[in-house]
Amino acid sequence: MHLAYPAVLSALLFCTGLYGVLARRNAILVLMSVELMLNAVNLNLVAFDVWLSRTAAETLHSGQALTLFTIAIAAAEIGIGLAIVLAVHRNRGTADIDRLRDAAESPDDSDDGPDSDAAGARAAEKAEVTA
Amino acid sequence: MSIAAAGPGFLSPTGVEIAFLLVGLVTFGAALVTVTTRQLVHAALWLVVALGGLAVEYLLLTAEFIAWVQVLIYIGSVVVLILFGLMLTKAPIGRSPDADSGNRGVALAVAVAAAVALVWVVVDAFRTTWIDLDGTVAGSTKVTGESLFRNWVLPFEALSVLLLAALVGAIVLSRRAKADTAARTPQAQGDRSTGRSTDRSAKDAKDTKEGSR
Repeated sequence: MHLAYPAVLSALLFCTGLYGVLARRNAILVLMSVELMLNAVNLNLVAFDVWLSRTAAETLHSGQALTLFTIAIAAAEIGIGLAIVLAVHRNRGTADIDRLRDAAESPDDSDDGPDSDAAGARAAEKAEVTA
Repeated sequence: MSIAAAGPGFLSPTGVEIAFLLVGLVTFGAALVTVTTRQLVHAALWLVVALGGLAVEYLLLTAEFIAWVQVLIYIGSVVVLILFGLMLTKAPIGRSPDADSGNRGVALAVAVAAAVALVWVVVDAFRTTWIDLDGTVAGSTKVTGESLFRNWVLPFEALSVLLLAALVGAIVLSRRAKADTAARTPQAQGDRSTGRSTDRSAKDAKDTKEGSR
């Protein structure tokens, strides 16, 4: 098989995931796009491992081992990410990443700058939402 | 050019290449639908198609063990976790008009530019490279297991520690958030409308049930 086929498919999948990460607004959809990008990397790793294991006499099969590691890390990432998204949704009532702008410096409310305490910022946001 | 003439040509694709191309088209289409559809649950289901297509691609590349791990972990657990997350954040079932943010145009421009650059570089670099898929299987369970437990034992164990840490971290995150919400509930009920707060308490009960499982 020509090596360009898996490489091109991997590049296209990565860019699809990139578009999803940049364009989506729901945090869970962003996580799904991150999964697409990780899968594109996995496809590259497997294809190059299969290619190199035929050309080299001695191989560590590093591509497939790293693919397994990537899959495990992706599973851990999606677990932690969903826990964070659920905690944010529980506190704010939204999973919309465009509305989570506590770290942004806005010129109109000046008390956000020195208020570096997370709980204080959260309370300020709550007051702002209910006002 | 002499190297290119030595290998099989572009214009006489083998059966494996045709199958790879067709499954790749399905995978890419499913990925596109995943990032563009406005129905959140449909996005998760199209993600299943994309990940399953990638598992078939691994099989075509003779990496059998990776393919089945992909099916088990991605389709079996990651997508199920995503569907759980969509349900727990009360994602709308029908079309949601605000699934995409306002900077779609910029995102599309960045993605298309990256795709053109990557495809150009990759095709130019690997124009004369062929994978030899005949002979012994490169990624059977025996080969993968031998390499994993001979050369990669220490990273493998470190990874299991990382998975344990991630598990504990996820539990801690949801625990602390739950205690926080319990302490905050009277205020939330005062703040929000009653339908919203009963909704929230129902969801919290569901979360407790899931956490205790």
